[in-house]
Amino acid sequence: MLAFLLTLMLLLGIVIVLAYAERKVAAFMQDRMGPTEAGPYGSLQSVLDVLKLLQKEDIVPAAADKKLFKLAPILIFAAVFAGFAVIPFTPDLIPAGIGIGVFYLLAIISLDVVGLLMAGWGSNNKYAMLGAMRSVAQIVSYEIPAGLAILSVVMICQSLDFQEISYQQGVLLNRFPGLEFEKNWLFGIEALGINTTNIGGITTWNIFRAPLLLVAFVIYFIASLAESNRAPFDIPEAESELVAGFHVEYSGFRFAILFLAEYSMMVLVSLVAVILFLGSWNTPLPNLTTLKLANWTTGTVGELSGILWGGFWLLSKTFVLLFLQLQIRWTYPRLRVDQLMYLCWKVLTPVALVIVLLAGIWRLLMV
Amino acid sequence: MLFYIFAAVAVLSGAYMVLTRNLLYAGFSLLLTLLSVAAIYVLLFADFVAVTQLMVYVGGVLVLILFGIMLSSRVHDKSVMSENVNVGWGITISMLTLIGLSYTIWKVGFSSLPWIQQADTNVLAGQKSTVQMIGIKLMTDFVLPFEIASLLLLIALIGAAYIATDKQKV
Repeated sequence: MLAFLLTLMLLLGIVIVLAYAERKVAAFMQDRMGPTEAGPYGSLQSVLDVLKLLQKEDIVPAAADKKLFKLAPILIFAAVFAGFAVIPFTPDLIPAGIGIGVFYLLAIISLDVVGLLMAGWGSNNKYAMLGAMRSVAQIVSYEIPAGLAILSVVMICQSLDFQEISYQQGVLLNRFPGLEFEKNWLFGIEALGINTTNIGGITTWNIFRAPLLLVAFVIYFIASLAESNRAPFDIPEAESELVAGFHVEYSGFRFAILFLAEYSMMVLVSLVAVILFLGSWNTPLPNLTTLKLANWTTGTVGELSGILWGGFWLLSKTFVLLFLQLQIRWTYPRLRVDQLMYLCWKVLTPVALVIVLLAGIWRLLMV
Repeated sequence: MLFYIFAAVAVLSGAYMVLTRNLLYAGFSLLLTLLSVAAIYVLLFADFVAVTQLMVYVGGVLVLILFGIMLSSRVHDKSVMSENVNVGWGITISMLTLIGLSYTIWKVGFSSLPWIQQADTNVLAGQKSTVQMIGIKLMTDFVLPFEIASLLLLIALIGAAYIATDKQKV
């Protein structure tokens, strides 16, 4: 219960910052000022936006399917929020440390799709219906390259547990029960003879333990943009064609929930990318002979310093990825639907399949 | 206690799915049934099966069903409704199945079975999940059915792709 509340508070905080950052980044990229009035540099803008939404009337269209219309935002947010249950925030802080976390996350996110269909149908509106259809088709297609990219990480790490994958990517490797005698080698290959177990830092991140995961990371990142309906994959919400997509009929609190779910999805996919590829809560600074940068910036597990450093690294890496998402949104034009499908099925999926095969071979080299 | 809650939800939503006339509501109550069955799997220490249930049925099959209903509905400007046909036969067969199942369950006498008496509540025995055991079994004892199933799926994929292609006139 405590984990639930803490995660919810953290998520709300991140989403409010993100909504503000979105407007500011957009403004700077277009040579504008963005919000300036509310608070210093307009920093209270998104808080006020939320307060405004909460005061608005909750309008349910007369011709809508009322039960489904009302249920859909709850289902969408619940599905995304359930994904946060298996995300490790620090070395010893994880809401639910289940052994098949990665698989669970992939499965629970697919519930989101049902919620989208429910919202699109319940609104009884052509635009909402088309938006939901496009959104679901896109999410279902892009789950395949994303899933394959995640699969290659799982093959390298030999684990479906997010916390175990996190421990493998840093100096704390031997602290995880069951991994006491594991060793990390540079690029994962023992024959090179460079033991990085105690060097840690960026040299033990998954993209360094197996450099081909860098390609997998790029594939996952592109697919995750599509899964969270971000530009350039925002045809489900294309304003010029569909007004707003599946949430066109929603207002007030229900719109706030949908908005929250959408931004939570962005945060979730970025967190997963950081955990699987970019070293999770591990520090990027390696130990250099006497300069124990990694140990200094990791803290002690189980104490406050460990929690603070872990949370700091995880969140700062996540914010870098989120910033990248925002920047891409204002840099690339929207893809056409045929380009979207071409990219998914003829580029990302075959490359991801090759990566899975190579990851298997790399794993054989690692043992 | 949790088991009874999830079982009740599964049965009630299943009953609603069968009794409702609106196909779309039936689809959404199927979601509830599948979720509560997944929860029961978790209570039985079958975490992998539970998540697979979510992945395959909720993420795949159910979405496909809903897509089908939504795309094919309102053809003649009316919402999708199912009709009651074969009432007599349906009731007969389901009653017979119910009687057969109840009889079997009653005959077995679960509490006296030796493997249930010996069963330990600590099924996982220190293991964090059932994935590793399932993987080893699939690659050793059950490798032939596993491969045949994958072949079947491949055939289905090729067939689907073939049906979906435009047959160009030569």
